[in-house]
Amino acid sequence: MENIDWAEIGQATLDTLAMLGGSMILTVILGLPLGVILFLTGKGQMLENKLANGVLSLLVNILRSVPFVILLIVMIPLTVVLVGTSLGVAGAIPPLVAGAAPFFARLVETALREVDKGVIEASFAMGAKRRQVVLGALLPEALPGLVAAATVTAVALVSYTAMAGVVGAGGLGDLAIRFGYQRFQTDVMVVTVVLMLVLVQVLQMIGDTVVRKVSHK
Amino acid sequence: MQRSPIHRTFDVIAFEAVSKTYSAKGAAISGRPALSEVSLSVKAGEVFGVIGASGAGKSTLIRLINGLETPSGGKVIVDGDDVAALGVEGLRALRRRVGMIFQHFNLLSGKTVAQNVAFPLKLAGRPAAEVKARTAELLERVGLSEHANKFPAQLSGGQKQRVGIARALATNPKVLLCDEATSALDPETTEQILELISGLNRELGLTIVLITHEMDVVRRVCDRVAVLEAGRVVEEGAVEDVFLHPASDTARRFVREADGEVSAAGIDGRLVRLTFRGEATYKPVLGEVARTTGVDYSILGGRIHRLRETPYGQLTLALTGGDVTAAIAKFKDAGVRVEDLSAGEGA
Repeated sequence: MENIDWAEIGQATLDTLAMLGGSMILTVILGLPLGVILFLTGKGQMLENKLANGVLSLLVNILRSVPFVILLIVMIPLTVVLVGTSLGVAGAIPPLVAGAAPFFARLVETALREVDKGVIEASFAMGAKRRQVVLGALLPEALPGLVAAATVTAVALVSYTAMAGVVGAGGLGDLAIRFGYQRFQTDVMVVTVVLMLVLVQVLQMIGDTVVRKVSHK
Repeated sequence: MQRSPIHRTFDVIAFEAVSKTYSAKGAAISGRPALSEVSLSVKAGEVFGVIGASGAGKSTLIRLINGLETPSGGKVIVDGDDVAALGVEGLRALRRRVGMIFQHFNLLSGKTVAQNVAFPLKLAGRPAAEVKARTAELLERVGLSEHANKFPAQLSGGQKQRVGIARALATNPKVLLCDEATSALDPETTEQILELISGLNRELGLTIVLITHEMDVVRRVCDRVAVLEAGRVVEEGAVEDVFLHPASDTARRFVREADGEVSAAGIDGRLVRLTFRGEATYKPVLGEVARTTGVDYSILGGRIHRLRETPYGQLTLALTGGDVTAAIAKFKDAGVRVEDLSAGEGA
């Protein structure tokens, strides 16, 4: 363990957590409404709109089909415009969100499709407005699925943050690449990988626990 | 509680030549309209049944009443309003006056029993104190007070439907729509739910429209019934008439399903069906006629039941020996309706 600088690993861990937290919050803020709109404008749904659905769907597919490493690089000019730098934690967040939000939106759409149509019909039959149906019935009924979707997205974001090391984002992935890989410091590689593994494990456990808490099926 | 006679004569729901065709990409790809030229009326305070096989258009019909479906032609008038002409707000107001319960209950799985019942009140923007009081009252009415904080998944089917009923009643509707409300329940639970629905009709004067594919449900609770076949009303009338003397093939089939078929193969003698209703049900007519006319009878099939409050019996007999014609005349004198089945099928 001769190459390990624990202070540096501590800082990298904090950077990873900051990237993860910041991008996760923005991913939910952007991805949740996007997923809801994707669902509502879909075929047979209450705001069915072929054009809007087609355009949004195309956008989501484009962002999802670009490999994340490429997205990181392609987005550099836009990132500079948005946050003033393409480096560090701040510079990593725009590409992380651009990569994760469309992914999350699709998962949200799928979770909403799982909601029993009868419950939606019953809500309308009780005199609910569309907004009340979405906020009072659709989203609460989909809550377990939405939490599961957020968990999957958070886990995906952990691997995205590691890749962000390529463009100088810092964090555990950056350490693994610069020291573990390029300088053949196997001990650094092992420690960073174990830390990321623990992070993923903890995220999954939290997610599963919350799903169990909010699910009453 | 007595219903006022004024209520009795007023149509709460009227269908005027209503048709419904789904567009090619919709459910009915067959090209046949889901409903064609349906006209019927439901009077205030009655229990109106619509019976039909699956695909006959029952579901569409009941959803036209609260505007979940819109007619392709004709008019649906509910509580004085043309449903299709109501704006968004008008339709929401109508839906608060028309409660609905469903085959699969359609409860919100993430909300407790009490929250489910409170939901329509919250949608209507009622104050919290009122919501709380009304919810407690409704749960009491359907006998679920001690289950208020359970989630639907922890309840039995019958209890779930009770929650559905409490929820449907929350906004004090005039009309209750029952969409195959007992089709997912076992016979005993069906009995209890029908009892509850009947009670609501009697005690609150609630007008009830129920759709079903079971004649037994119609027999137990309905005042009048319409028989739906391939989108058309083929028969409509008082339940007693439709049940005891079905005029259409469809109605006959449903009655047979409820009672089982009488097989007269290889039976000698004159085949007759006797229908006893009301008082005649309790008189010892059969033995008396047999004694005085010397006719022997063998019972091929029969049923003795109640249609709501009216007792009735229907027997299919083969009459042999003696004076059969005189026997038939005596039955008629005693107030028994006689159908001569030997004279022609389904007389």
